[in-house]
Amino acid sequence: MGNVILLIALPLAMAFFIPMVGRKVRWLPDVLANITTLGLFVLAGQSWGREGIYTMGGWPAPLGIVLVLDGLSALLLFIINLISFLATLFSVDYLEKLYTSKLRYYSLFLLMVAGMNGAVLTGDFFNLFVFLEIASIASYALVGFGCEAEELEASFKYLVIGSIASTFILLGVALLYGRFATLNMADVASALQHHGFDQVSLFALVLLVVGFCTKAALVPFHAWLPDAHPSAPAPISAMLSGVLIKAIGIYALVRLVYNVFGISPLLASLFTYLGVISMMAGVLLALGQWDFKRLLAYHSISQMGYVILGFGLATPLGLLGGLFHLLNHSLFKSLLFFDSGSVEYETGTRNLEKMGNLVQKMPVTSGSSLMASLSISGIPPFNGFWSKLVIILAAVQAQRPGLALWAVAGSILTLASFSKIQRYAFWGQGKDFDAKLWEGWKEVPVLMRVPLLVLAVLCLGSGLALWHGLKGLFGPAISVLTDGPTAYIAKVLGR
Amino acid sequence: MNERQPGMSLVVQTVTRWLKGFIFLYGVYVILYGHLSPGGGFAGGVIVASTFILLTLSFGRERALGKLGKLMASELDSFGALLFLLIAVLGTAIGGTFFLNFIEKNWPTGNFHLFSAGIIPLCNIAIGIKVAASLFMIFIILAVIRVQEVRGKRKLITTEKRRKER
Amino acid sequence: MIYAMCFLLFLIGLYGATCKKNIVKIILGLVIMEYAVNLFLILLGWRTNGQAPIMSQQTDLPAFTATAVDPIPQALVLTSIVIGLGILSLMVAIAIRLYERYGTFDITEMRRLKG
Repeated sequence: MGNVILLIALPLAMAFFIPMVGRKVRWLPDVLANITTLGLFVLAGQSWGREGIYTMGGWPAPLGIVLVLDGLSALLLFIINLISFLATLFSVDYLEKLYTSKLRYYSLFLLMVAGMNGAVLTGDFFNLFVFLEIASIASYALVGFGCEAEELEASFKYLVIGSIASTFILLGVALLYGRFATLNMADVASALQHHGFDQVSLFALVLLVVGFCTKAALVPFHAWLPDAHPSAPAPISAMLSGVLIKAIGIYALVRLVYNVFGISPLLASLFTYLGVISMMAGVLLALGQWDFKRLLAYHSISQMGYVILGFGLATPLGLLGGLFHLLNHSLFKSLLFFDSGSVEYETGTRNLEKMGNLVQKMPVTSGSSLMASLSISGIPPFNGFWSKLVIILAAVQAQRPGLALWAVAGSILTLASFSKIQRYAFWGQGKDFDAKLWEGWKEVPVLMRVPLLVLAVLCLGSGLALWHGLKGLFGPAISVLTDGPTAYIAKVLGR
Repeated sequence: MNERQPGMSLVVQTVTRWLKGFIFLYGVYVILYGHLSPGGGFAGGVIVASTFILLTLSFGRERALGKLGKLMASELDSFGALLFLLIAVLGTAIGGTFFLNFIEKNWPTGNFHLFSAGIIPLCNIAIGIKVAASLFMIFIILAVIRVQEVRGKRKLITTEKRRKER
Repeated sequence: MIYAMCFLLFLIGLYGATCKKNIVKIILGLVIMEYAVNLFLILLGWRTNGQAPIMSQQTDLPAFTATAVDPIPQALVLTSIVIGLGILSLMVAIAIRLYERYGTFDITEMRRLKG
């Protein structure tokens, strides 16, 4: 349990250490950042399956800040640190060619990882806000990292919408403190059970839900995502889409609703409506895009719709589907963003109309992107199929066949838009395809191929292997959610 | 106006010359007494940084950067944060918990001495260094340095240089 | 009543951040929003004729708890001010860069991103 604190302290320390020592030696930042994220991945693997409470400074639960490690946070920690390790591996060559100043890049990257690890671990509302802000501020800066006009514009838009969301969250936390005189999540939950749900806590709940939904980019609050995610460097897009919107959006929302306020029929139906709207709107908007990364960004909204739909069903099977799809989405969406990064690395463009016949020049990239596309569209035997199947089965089991129908429709539209990517970029050619340029393209360097291959194997393998051990893998996380506030209070406060 | 002097008028420069030491010392005082009275690392660090900002405003960029270079400020910025983390991690190493007030636990002192409250003054010093350096950096970066495309490559240049190029 | 004033200030900031066209005004709106929340937090700890929450060994505990103000909101406000400083400086930096690229502070003229 003591190692948990290292998940926050190590990336923070390295984030400040790299700019101090990395100025002199060119290769040092790469090596240090990769060692750090590898270490974090090992630490996250160690915390898998463990449970416990860590008190900061030795102060017990309602007084001091506590870190709570349970099934749900262990799952999220695993996802965050796996993707961040692969992203740093991918960054080494990618940044060398397309961007300057690796020092600042790695510094911000590790700050973002520290913020997300902290946000997932903490058991204190204000601490959650602080970690969320660390992760968000680092991501605002990373979105505008290239300093081009579009990137700055996207970064400013993200910054304004993100800080409005953060202010909403802060106001919600302040209201909860004013009502219950405590900031500990479990203590707030226990006070809610004790005093009952009144108008102040309703107002706080609304503010917090709006804030976290904005961070998770669910549809009425999604305006920033399609601009911000494509503008970042590709590894950062993979982190933002694959991890950030889950760690500080979906996770925080689910923790708040399931373990502090307790799921009610109203909240559950709100989740399902948000899910269906995001699912359909995201995929319909994605169909018309010609920018590779922008298309992927719209699909992030759509897939988050599936996840939140699974959580909204509030049955164990629905929760299983939601969590499984959360894991799968982080695998195939980061793989797709890495692929778009490789394509941009070689061709220098993100416009699908200018690409063509990449399958002959870049076999690894196109092969892995084909696997990821099949996975996101829900074709068996890839992992996306299994998790969508679980969500659809859960909807049928909960006697909401309408929702199942929407989920199937969304999946078919996803397949349509991904066949567009495959058709124009990899197998056929776009309108403005230039055969002379095509001659010069080749496969990306080895270090960039490794993450592609690892994620492609995981996309195929996790679908097949996990099907047998699903309950064992997601069981702890599901029981955290189904047991609700009472078990959470008992766990953190010991009463 | 020919050959404009960098900075402001003589009156401002003279007053700044008299006051800068006192402002700096006051910042240090606020940092060191943060655990006994209102104040602390952040407030004191802001006051310390304001000394350098005042120098920049009244004497121009060269004078202030001569006292605290850009690279030096950046290093101090990282150093402060690392020092703070080191204190926190020492709590783990000695007492077993992150951010444990290990000095107060092992060698308790009375209240209201300069060196009471264990690690809190040390944390304040670390925060003070970090805040002073980073605020000065923010000011310098916002006020003086611009990104410009020079033959396809991005370069950081100062506004004064750019004015000359125009 | 005084809390309602805080919410009014919050709404003014929200209006400024969402409805204004000028980048500088948007930034000011966000800052007003943030400070409205800070004000609200600090008012939560308010107590008429309160004393500073500093304890020593000689302090009489019942008398202390009867008069001392709540220190937690102060700590929270300090933290959120620091975070606000970070966001503000980042926003101003981006605004300056945007002005260099577009030569204007009007967001209606920055329309490279669509769709």
